[in-house]
Amino acid sequence: MKLDLKKSKLRQINEKLQTVGIKKNQRIFTIINPEGNHAICAGLKDDIDVTIKGHTGYYCAGMNQNASITIDGNVGTGVAENMMSGKVHVKGNASQSAGATAHGGLLIIDGDASSRCGISMKGADIVVKGSVGHMCAFMAQSGNILICGDAGDALGDSIYETEIFVKGKVKSLGADCIEKKIENKHEKLINKMLQESGIKNLKSSQFRRYGSARNLYNFKIDNLSSY
Amino acid sequence: MCGIVGIYLKNKKFEKSLGKLLSGMLKNMSSRGPDSAGFAIYNEEKKYKYKYSICLNHISFSDFKRNLNKELKKYKINQVSDHVVIKTNEKPEKMLQILNKKFKEISIVGYGKSIEIFKQIGSPERVVQKFNLEKLEGSHGIGHTRMATESAITTDGSHPYSTGEDECLVHNGSLSNHNNLRRELKKKGSVFTSENDTEVAAGYISDNLKNKKTLKETLLSGLKDLDGFYTFITGTRKGFAIVRDEIACKPAVIAETKDYVAIASEFQAMAHLPKVNSAKIFEPEPGVVYTWGK
Repeated sequence: MKLDLKKSKLRQINEKLQTVGIKKNQRIFTIINPEGNHAICAGLKDDIDVTIKGHTGYYCAGMNQNASITIDGNVGTGVAENMMSGKVHVKGNASQSAGATAHGGLLIIDGDASSRCGISMKGADIVVKGSVGHMCAFMAQSGNILICGDAGDALGDSIYETEIFVKGKVKSLGADCIEKKIENKHEKLINKMLQESGIKNLKSSQFRRYGSARNLYNFKIDNLSSY
Repeated sequence: MCGIVGIYLKNKKFEKSLGKLLSGMLKNMSSRGPDSAGFAIYNEEKKYKYKYSICLNHISFSDFKRNLNKELKKYKINQVSDHVVIKTNEKPEKMLQILNKKFKEISIVGYGKSIEIFKQIGSPERVVQKFNLEKLEGSHGIGHTRMATESAITTDGSHPYSTGEDECLVHNGSLSNHNNLRRELKKKGSVFTSENDTEVAAGYISDNLKNKKTLKETLLSGLKDLDGFYTFITGTRKGFAIVRDEIACKPAVIAETKDYVAIASEFQAMAHLPKVNSAKIFEPEPGVVYTWGK
């Protein structure tokens, strides 16, 4: 079913997609003329497929549960923020705070993600086929981030237990973030993420792993300058 | 929050519709700045050497013109709502002195060989309509929609700020060291008309350009000297530039095609531009200066 944001209001379209339920057969939707509008496909909770043809504004696919949402363009700030489950696939670039606070699901970005990608994430998987900007995975608590390009300044600053895998260069590591050894279970995890995001030409051995040194978990006077 | 927009045309074919393109961008940024709006349009003046953009405030056009006739002989004047653009061969040194001395109640919003500036309080839709932006032509333009944070909603508090010939600046963000910097610049001879932080940044840029620094050098040194959050778009006679602070909290997106370069706080500001969906769209990186034109 085609939904036109030039003809219908954003709230009408979002309401329609938020209330599909489990009984309807119509489960594939296309949104045209997004024109950078905010909050497109926010709060979807049913197992449906939505493709957005064009560029979107802030908080696209925010709070997603179960739905599979593809954006055929670039996205603004906070794509898939607080996602619980499902899949969000951005075919272009993502602006700042992509996948912020996401609890679950899979976010794939074919292009680059700018600053603060995966900030405070709590369990999702994020795959960025390009590079990420500064402060990626800032205070990230759980889940995994796979970066096929480079990472900007202060990667994993004040990180908790999110696993970060980077193929390219890391400009600098943030406070309490260190490089860690890749074990068998991490190789399996990388391979799973590569497979789920349709990346065939890369191998798990090409990635390096970064995570928390766990020195800033509790207050220590010696670490005062790092807080 | 504020909205900033800018468009620089690479293809002369679009010069006739510059005002139309820019007005759409400003209207689409109403949600980021409903208090006041303003814009600068660059259109080379052919007959006269200089243009002076002035907000008359409470003075009537006929009174202003009568008094101006006493001071200036050969000139052309266009009235657009409460603004006028005076075209004359009179050089800025003398003309600014006349305007400042004899017309104390007006605000000089900009001057130069190419620039025209209009800015006023009210919603962007109203401001754009009032100044008939859609009909204006030019090579590049910059605009701003304001959500006032640190100074009053007045014409003087609206952007763009112009503190030098053919220069202008729009700003999304806030500066924290503007009082100190204002004092330093005042000592060097800069003049400020408001308490606004952006005007200080504009003054800083003008001061550096005066000292023969290029626009790029100026903005790079600004990264060290200006403390706060900002995305700036700054215009000169032949081009424009954008820079974001190192933290890059304030958004910006650039769309570039073979015909134009557009900059805006959000993509929705440029959704109406020709062939924008096939443009190269990217975010300016923090602490990097991007320039177009000369």
